[in-house]
Amino acid sequence: MIGMSNEGLIAWSGPLLAGAAVTVEMTFLAYAIALVIGLLGATAKLGGPGPLRAMATLYTTVIRAVPELLLIILLYYAGQQLLNNLLQGLGYSDINLNGFATAVGVLAVVEGAYLTEIFRGAILAIPRGHIEAADAYGMSRGLRFRRVVLPEMLPQALPSMYNIFLLLVKDTALVSVVGFNELFFTSQQAAASTRSYFLFYSAAGALYLLMTMGSNVVFRWLERRVTRHRPAM
Amino acid sequence: MDFSWLANPLYLGFLWKGFINTIVLVVVSGAFGFALALGVAMAQISGPRPLAWTARAFTTVIRGTPLLLQLFFFYDGVGHLLAEFHGLHETFLWPILRNGFFYGILAFTMSNGAYLGEDLRGALLAVPRGELEAARAFGFGRFKAFYRIWLPHAIQIGLPQLASEAILLLKSIPLVSTIAVMDLLQAANIVRDSTFLVYEPLLLITGIYVALTLVLTVVTRIVERNFPGVRPTASRRGLLALLTGMRRA
Repeated sequence: MIGMSNEGLIAWSGPLLAGAAVTVEMTFLAYAIALVIGLLGATAKLGGPGPLRAMATLYTTVIRAVPELLLIILLYYAGQQLLNNLLQGLGYSDINLNGFATAVGVLAVVEGAYLTEIFRGAILAIPRGHIEAADAYGMSRGLRFRRVVLPEMLPQALPSMYNIFLLLVKDTALVSVVGFNELFFTSQQAAASTRSYFLFYSAAGALYLLMTMGSNVVFRWLERRVTRHRPAM
Repeated sequence: MDFSWLANPLYLGFLWKGFINTIVLVVVSGAFGFALALGVAMAQISGPRPLAWTARAFTTVIRGTPLLLQLFFFYDGVGHLLAEFHGLHETFLWPILRNGFFYGILAFTMSNGAYLGEDLRGALLAVPRGELEAARAFGFGRFKAFYRIWLPHAIQIGLPQLASEAILLLKSIPLVSTIAVMDLLQAANIVRDSTFLVYEPLLLITGIYVALTLVLTVVTRIVERNFPGVRPTASRRGLLALLTGMRRA
């Protein structure tokens, strides 16, 4: 029973954990960037000038209609070129992104589209009077966002934000297709070289499950925190 | 942009085959997935404890791991384990078990069944209990009450989620190109490898996917609007709004 021997697992446990660490790093960085994209996108869609709003709508519509794998392949190859064209247009010199930065950027652009829609919906759910009250108190835009919009939007948005986080963890596996070395790529190499496919895919699955279930604890804590002002149902 | 390769019947043939396979994969795994989802949902609602627990574990594992990993788990992992049973080699099953297409359907069915099962479970639980009690009072048996009253109403409640799961299933099909199944992405890969054009084939199939997504969205909206018992105001939205809500949220 080749498939059940686990001597290879000990030898490969180091690389597998290193791959898992890359996946975690990618997830956190991409999520942070996607949150910023989402907030900017939602702001553009809700109150931006016409052209900006149209661009944000095009962005969310196209990204959400195309399969993630296809987007990742396209953006992984074309992203670097697009970025350099943009930089040249602005008069800067080319930069050379490494695989990690490209992968993080691509994942952030993809998930940012979904977060844009989530934030837009959550901001729209805030009673209009609360925003007007903030304005009446003479709050600046920044202060209004920090004191009124953000605390009122988060309880609404958090469950969907958690869903996007889970999707992001799982979508990181897709960058293995363009040859980037993360958890799934490592498990593929381990499986192919030891011929213990069943074992290594199960091990990788267990690590992914650990990440997704572990993040559940964090988001549950966050949800309790942001809803602490709400009356008990 | 150079699309002159589209005149080559060889490449068109690959694209056509990829298109047909994509549709077949969606329809077959969608149908099997729905059947599996019914089992998974009902096991958790009214199954005996061990069965409910198994269904819960199944959904958690499938929803907590990447679909790409599941695809390789079935194709390489289970595939190689099966290959060790030499008795299988002589049976009629063997050609099927050597086929990437079969593992694609298996993985998509499992995945779709798990996500759809969660949607259905929520929808089934949202049907007022009184309707079931009324059905039983009218002398309906358990089974008849289920398929005449409980399930139809649950489907009506869960229709938006079911529709978005269909689109998600469509969008996950390109993953099978990684296990050497001829889908649209695989066709694009072949064109790229023989013409050295990277972007053109990818952009073409991106366009096809956008069109397919749009068609599927419109179809599901029409079904939603005409579903018995649905008030039409709920689902009347613009074309752009059709493209929103296309992911598990």
